[in-house]
Amino acid sequence: MNPNLYLIKYLLKPEMKATRDGYGEGLVLAGEKNKDVVVLCADLTESTRSLAFQKKFPERFVELGVAEQNMASVAAGMSLAGKIPFVSSYATFSPGRNNEQIRTTIAYNEANVKIAGAHAGISVGPDGATHQALEDIGLMRMLPGMTVIVPCDYEEAKKATMAAAEIIGPVYLRLGREKTPLMTTFDTPFKIGRAEVFKDGRDAVIFCCGSLVYNAVKAALDLESERISAAVINIHTIKPLDGETILKYARRTKAAVTVEEHQIYGGLGGAVAEFLAKEFPVPLEFIGVNDKFGESGRPDELIEKYGMGVAAIKKAVKRVLARK
Amino acid sequence: MEELHETKLKQLELKANQIRQDIIAMLVEAGSGHSAGPLGMADIFVALYFHVLKHDPRHPEWPGRDRLVLSNGHICPVRYAAMAHAGYFPISELKTLRKLGTRLQGHPHRLALPGMETTSGPLGSGLSQAAGMALALKMDGAPNRVYCAMSDGEHDAGQTWEAVMFAAKYKLNNLTGIIDRNNIQIDGYTEDIMPLDDLKDKYESFNWHVIEINGHNIREFVDACATAQTIFEKPAVIIAHTIPGKGVDFMESKFEWHGKPPNKEEAAAALRELRTLQGQIEAGHID
Ligand SMILES: Cc1ncc(C[n+]2csc(CCOP(=O)(O)OP(=O)(O)O)c2C)c(N)n1
Ligand SMILES: [Mg+2]
Repeated sequence: MNPNLYLIKYLLKPEMKATRDGYGEGLVLAGEKNKDVVVLCADLTESTRSLAFQKKFPERFVELGVAEQNMASVAAGMSLAGKIPFVSSYATFSPGRNNEQIRTTIAYNEANVKIAGAHAGISVGPDGATHQALEDIGLMRMLPGMTVIVPCDYEEAKKATMAAAEIIGPVYLRLGREKTPLMTTFDTPFKIGRAEVFKDGRDAVIFCCGSLVYNAVKAALDLESERISAAVINIHTIKPLDGETILKYARRTKAAVTVEEHQIYGGLGGAVAEFLAKEFPVPLEFIGVNDKFGESGRPDELIEKYGMGVAAIKKAVKRVLARK
Repeated sequence: MEELHETKLKQLELKANQIRQDIIAMLVEAGSGHSAGPLGMADIFVALYFHVLKHDPRHPEWPGRDRLVLSNGHICPVRYAAMAHAGYFPISELKTLRKLGTRLQGHPHRLALPGMETTSGPLGSGLSQAAGMALALKMDGAPNRVYCAMSDGEHDAGQTWEAVMFAAKYKLNNLTGIIDRNNIQIDGYTEDIMPLDDLKDKYESFNWHVIEINGHNIREFVDACATAQTIFEKPAVIIAHTIPGKGVDFMESKFEWHGKPPNKEEAAAALRELRTLQGQIEAGHID
């Protein structure tokens, strides 16, 4: 593991915390720092963890009821009048349901609105497919000027939330419901647009994001014992993509795997493939949901069933090595 | 619609009680899911499946059936329980709610379960679909009715009102809306979160026929459904005033019970209470 990143060393029994909790704490910190930060929510205040901000700054909290389309455009209006709005809901509804409002009134306007999509990914679990956002990275990545961040853990989510408040322009933050392993610490560097090399390697590279970074690290550590040296790069910012780091590792290893809790089309895998196809084509394998809707089940069951577990990642690395 | 005799009414009340017990058992087994809404709508779903709807559980695709759209998909445990008792699938299957491989998805999926007319969960899109079905049936001169169960919370969503205007424009008198007016949503009481004020006035000004009832009075609901069928040139909506969590004292009217299941002890207490009520209905102490 990269010693310069102050990562948590003991990853076998990690501390578990949800990225949505990092968002909630980040909101309060951003709110303390800047009085223009306002938070909007559509009847999901507790589960998006906007509650702490509401309690601390009730006069800067706006409740819209079950109305995500209205929320997106109200936020656009507030930003055009000087505020820094964070809109909180589930990713299936925001940026799902309100996609056109985000496209025109936020992105095309270059409105300074931050969109937090919680309960993203299949690990939402028993609620089922209607609530499991698997296309949100794609939706947001296609919008000109939209910054897209997928934090890998609670700590990174907190930093990403604070960083989103600092930069000017629309940002999408993708958050998960479940508690997932903590890998980064307070001291781990975080800069929007800069990928971090969690583990170095020579034979293959795994580009990953979100809570599956943990599975990617585990897979890479396992593979060491089979004399396969795989690098693991945490691509927390899908847009703007850190082309320099991606290129460097594609050149070095000439075999890449992408890992994300998203459709394999349009998300991180798509972004990496588009980039490398033009800059430096190498064999690629994609880990993610393969053109299917999810279903009800336990998060761990679903991650395995839909091919995003550690074993599936190891297999993908071997497949890509065979294609070198 | 067939007349509702006293003996049948009592059967339906017992059935609603049974379904409430099933809902508790399903939720505690699943370990997640929604308690308040399903319990509050048990009387209405029993009335629908055992008296109002034209349907055939052995032939869920029967073309002559009435269509029931559940817009507020999160209350699906009540529909699953009513469907199981009506004979759509074995009652034992209720225990699979929300588990891997189940037909009883956490939010209903049309393709998973025969008889589930459409997929829902994301709020506010049911009435549009119900209106689409009603319009298509009208185009074909078909006699089927379309029922659309909705929540009050989803009246925050613009799409609901788009559908309200649409149904009035096309005079969809084969469409009956049913609103679970329980005054709660996730973040609190509806009038604090997004005031809906008087839904009756709103619907009337949008050219709908409105009937307000006590949603726990099966006879009132059945009568309202019969009246709705007699309205010319207008869609009808039944605003059912209900108590969320109905039948379980510690859940009643508490928005905190919107989206959580009872734990084992709470479930045991709830079932004790519901069985006591069952005894009272059997003994004729509750009308
Ligand atoms: C479009 C959309 N936004 C948000 C949600 C999350 N959600 C699920 S239920 C609910 C509360 C809505 O109130 P109501 O339907 O009246 O709930 P109940 O009375 O059953 O507690 C919300 C916001 C959703 N399902 N769909
Ligand atoms: Mg309600």
